This record gives sequence, C-alpha cells and structure tokens, in this order.
Amino acid sequence: MDEGLRNELSKAGVFTTSLSELYNWGQKNSLWPLQFGLACCAIEMIAASMARFDIARFGAEVFRPSPRQADLMIVAGTVTKKMAPQVVRLYNQMPEPKFVIAMGACAISGGPFKQGYNVLKGIDRYIPVDVHIPGCPPRPEALLHALMTLQKKIEEQSLTGINRPRQMDPNQTGEFPIPTFGAHDLEPPSNPEVWRPIKIDRGS
Amino acid sequence: MLSLDQIKLRIEQAVPGARVELVPNGALADQASLWLDAAHAVECARFLRETPDLSFDYASNVTGVDWPDTTVKTKVKKVVEGQETDVEESVVKPGFLEAVYHLYSMTRKHGPLVIRLRTANRTDSVRLPSFTPVWRGAEFQEREIFDLFGIVFDGHPDLRRLLMWDGFQDHPMRKDYVEPDDYEYEPTPHDEVLEKAQSRAAKEANA
Amino acid sequence: MTDSAYTLLVVFLGMAVAFAAAPLAIAWLWSKRFAPRKPGTVKKDVYECGLESSTKNWVQFKSDYYLYGILFLVFDIETVFLLPFAVSFKSLPIGAVVAMLVFLLLLVEGLVWAWRKGVLNWK
Ligand code: SF4
Repeated sequence: MDEGLRNELSKAGVFTTSLSELYNWGQKNSLWPLQFGLACCAIEMIAASMARFDIARFGAEVFRPSPRQADLMIVAGTVTKKMAPQVVRLYNQMPEPKFVIAMGACAISGGPFKQGYNVLKGIDRYIPVDVHIPGCPPRPEALLHALMTLQKKIEEQSLTGINRPRQMDPNQTGEFPIPTFGAHDLEPPSNPEVWRPIKIDRGS
Repeated sequence: MLSLDQIKLRIEQAVPGARVELVPNGALADQASLWLDAAHAVECARFLRETPDLSFDYASNVTGVDWPDTTVKTKVKKVVEGQETDVEESVVKPGFLEAVYHLYSMTRKHGPLVIRLRTANRTDSVRLPSFTPVWRGAEFQEREIFDLFGIVFDGHPDLRRLLMWDGFQDHPMRKDYVEPDDYEYEPTPHDEVLEKAQSRAAKEANA
Repeated sequence: MTDSAYTLLVVFLGMAVAFAAAPLAIAWLWSKRFAPRKPGTVKKDVYECGLESSTKNWVQFKSDYYLYGILFLVFDIETVFLLPFAVSFKSLPIGAVVAMLVFLLLLVEGLVWAWRKGVLNWK
C-alpha cells in the first residue's frame, strides 16, 4: 500500500497496517530484559529502571528473573572468563526472539581490564550483539538510547525474505557453542561464526 | 610494640632452632620485616599469636611476591696464564616466591609486623607451611596466592584455586606469565599493545 | 434453537474458550509460517542461573516440611491482625486489648503444644 492512499485513509479515520508492522510494533514495545548484572555498569542499568530515568516508558521495565521469559539480554559489566560460559548458556536458554545489548567498555572489549588475564575481551566473541554502548559506565540515558536504537532495528525487520532476522530463519541456530575452561584460556577463545573483528592494516 | 630486633630475639629464645632474619627495606616506607624459615614457621607464628605481650591476633593481609632469577655480574681477579687479570663472572641467583603476612594485635593495639616466608626456588620446591590453622582469616588469601603465584601451602584445609578455574594451569601473577594474545583491536594502539599489534600483523603476513 | 436460560451461558463458555485458545492458535500458526521452532539441548536444559545442573532436579521434600509451613503461616497471619491493632492501640478500650491478648495466647498455646509434641524437631 502506498503512502498517499494510506494518508487519505487515515484522514478518513481508517487505520491501516501490515502484519509485519503490527508484529514489530508489538515486539519493540515489550522488550523484557533478563535480570542480571555483572559489575559496576549494572548499577547504571538499575538506575535506568528507577523513577528518574524510567525505562518503563519504552516497555522494557519487566526485568525477568528467568531467561525463559526474557527477550533482551543486557550484558552490563565485566565478563570474566570464569563467567563467560554462564552468560552464553543463559543466552542459549532464552527463547527467540532474543536481542543483546553489550553495555559498557568491559562488555564490548574488556575495557579497563583489557590487559587482564581473567577478563573476556568482549562478549561479542561468543554471542551476537545487537547494540554496543561505549562508556565506563554509560549513563542511563545511553542505555535508553541503546534501547531506542534496538527498537529502530526491530521496526525495520522483515518477516520473510533474505534479510529477515535470525529468529525468522529456520536455517540459523538460536544456540551458540558454550566455551569450556581450558588449561590457559577459554576453549575456544572466540567463536569465528559470530566474531569477525575488522581488519586493520598496520604494516608491520 | 617491641622493635623487630627484640621480637627476633624473643622468637629465637622461644622456638629452639628457628632461624629468623631481619629483612631491611630500602624504600621510602622503610618498613623492615622478619623472614622466618619455613621449617619452624608455624611454631613461630603460634608464639607470635599466643605470647601475651605480643599477641598478634589478626592477620590483616597476606600477599605474594615473585622474585625471578637474577644474574649478578661480578669482577673476579683470576690468574690466567700466569697473569692476574680481572674477569667478569656472571652468577645466576636463583629466584624464589615469597608469602608476606601483615600482622596486627587487636588486644594490644599494635602492628603491623611484617613476616615473610620464602620458597627454595620458583619451580619445583614451592611449598610453604600454611598459617591458616593459626590465623583463620588467612584461608582465602592463601588460596589466592596458591592460585596466582603457585605457592603450595602445606596444612591448608581447602587448597583450591580461588579466582581462576580448576583446570587452569598458569599462575598469572608470576613475572614470567604470558597472557593469551587475545586483545588489541583498537584504532590507535601504543606501547605494548602496539608491539603486540605489529608482531601479530607480521605473523599474519608470513602465514 | 430453544430459548432456555442456559443458552447464554453456553455462548459465554464458547467465547471464553475461544478467547483463551485464540492467542495460542495464532502463536502456533505464526510459528508455522514465520518463526520456526528452535529447540536445543542447552535451551531445554534446567535453568540454574547459567550453570550446568550437577544433580537430579526432581527432589522429594519431607512432608514434615509442611508442618513448618503451616506453623509459619499461622504466625504470619497473626501479624496481619497485629498491625491494625498496634496502629490504633492508644484509642482502644481495655476489652479489646484483653481480647487481643487472648487471641495471642491461643496461638502461642498452639505453638507450645506443637513444640512439646516434637513437631519442630527435624528428623
Ligand atoms: S565498563 Fe566501567 S563501569 Fe562498566 S563494568 Fe566495566 S569498569 Fe565497570
């Protein structure tokens, strides 16, 4: 349906929509996050859910204590290597559709602990991340912005076709391999299916 | 509190056979410490804790230090072919691991007394007696030292790794620990990260 | 169709069932058409805060546990009564206070009785 006709109809008091719009509208306004925090960034996430910032305005206030009922995983904080398998397993246990926001420098790259021996250098090594928020810690506004970015992303998803999101594609898995504890590092140190760092030419 | 020399004397009188050494500290804090030999360490610790006028009843901090092997170059006069010449000789001083305890007395309100235990070397004889039976609060800190430095505490009730997982084999706080090469992706690296980036780029270019 | 008094009820029943079943049916159809099911071993695993469960998950509770539960419940509800009592304590006549004391005494007596019967001993 083209925009002009739609405008005319809405002027006449007739609301038209498409199935995918309706679906995306419902999905983007009821993103229920999984309730867990890993370090200092979690405090900002908690602040975002309280009255002053009020994440409820975006329909994401229902923090679920179980992955079975959650749509959104906010990885808020430092992911230590000891914790990484648990985070991946929690992600795997969430039903589709599921989205991930990596909140804070730690969750996206290891942050201030990048050179540490026990910190995972970004959760995007094991699970697909939809929105990254830089900052140490990001302000609650930044989390809200990330949520709005995610909502925009959901708005644009199509139900069918080649560009449909992962959860709509029967050939794409909803589970990612859980790393195991190795003798020197996590095994494997990253999942090449998920993690494709940009190549930077440095000469040598 | 008694001076370190006095405490040293008291220990030597009370625990026959114990070797105690004063370790001076040249740094700004100038906090000297006592080195106890491992064989009598637990007896000495009991003595420190239970003697009424010392009564060090609180181990506030336990930490580890890694002293790597060092080579010391010395000039030695030697007779070479009938002539006396200066020859440089390098001697390898074996390194060791150290556990450092900071003791306070809550009842007598004095402290800290810093005591050190040293292992024989850094590789195969890394055992020290555990002070957990004497100061219960040392338990987790000794576990941490076991985890990060690899000192094995004999007599510890529950010696497992604390921060890293059980199958982990390295000791990350040792000076010669090589961390996994798993970071760098930054647009403007510098210092060690730059070195790392360049060596990785070279490796990729070769491969 | 006969106009019996129950017709309306039957219609209501049908509507209620349809109301409950429709979302399920739509979800089922939706998953057929658009969002395929993706079951998996990890996903269907027991949820234990991200850890693998180390023991069997079907454990039996001793029935003694329910005695504790009931005793707890009695005193839990007692607090519900105590609260308004405490709020208006100053303006109450003496009779009400005595009544409340009797009420408390009855409950405590029950507890003492249960205690002496050995209900609180965990075997
Ligand atoms: S990014 Fe900063 S605030 Fe957030 S978890 Fe890491 S250290 Fe803490």
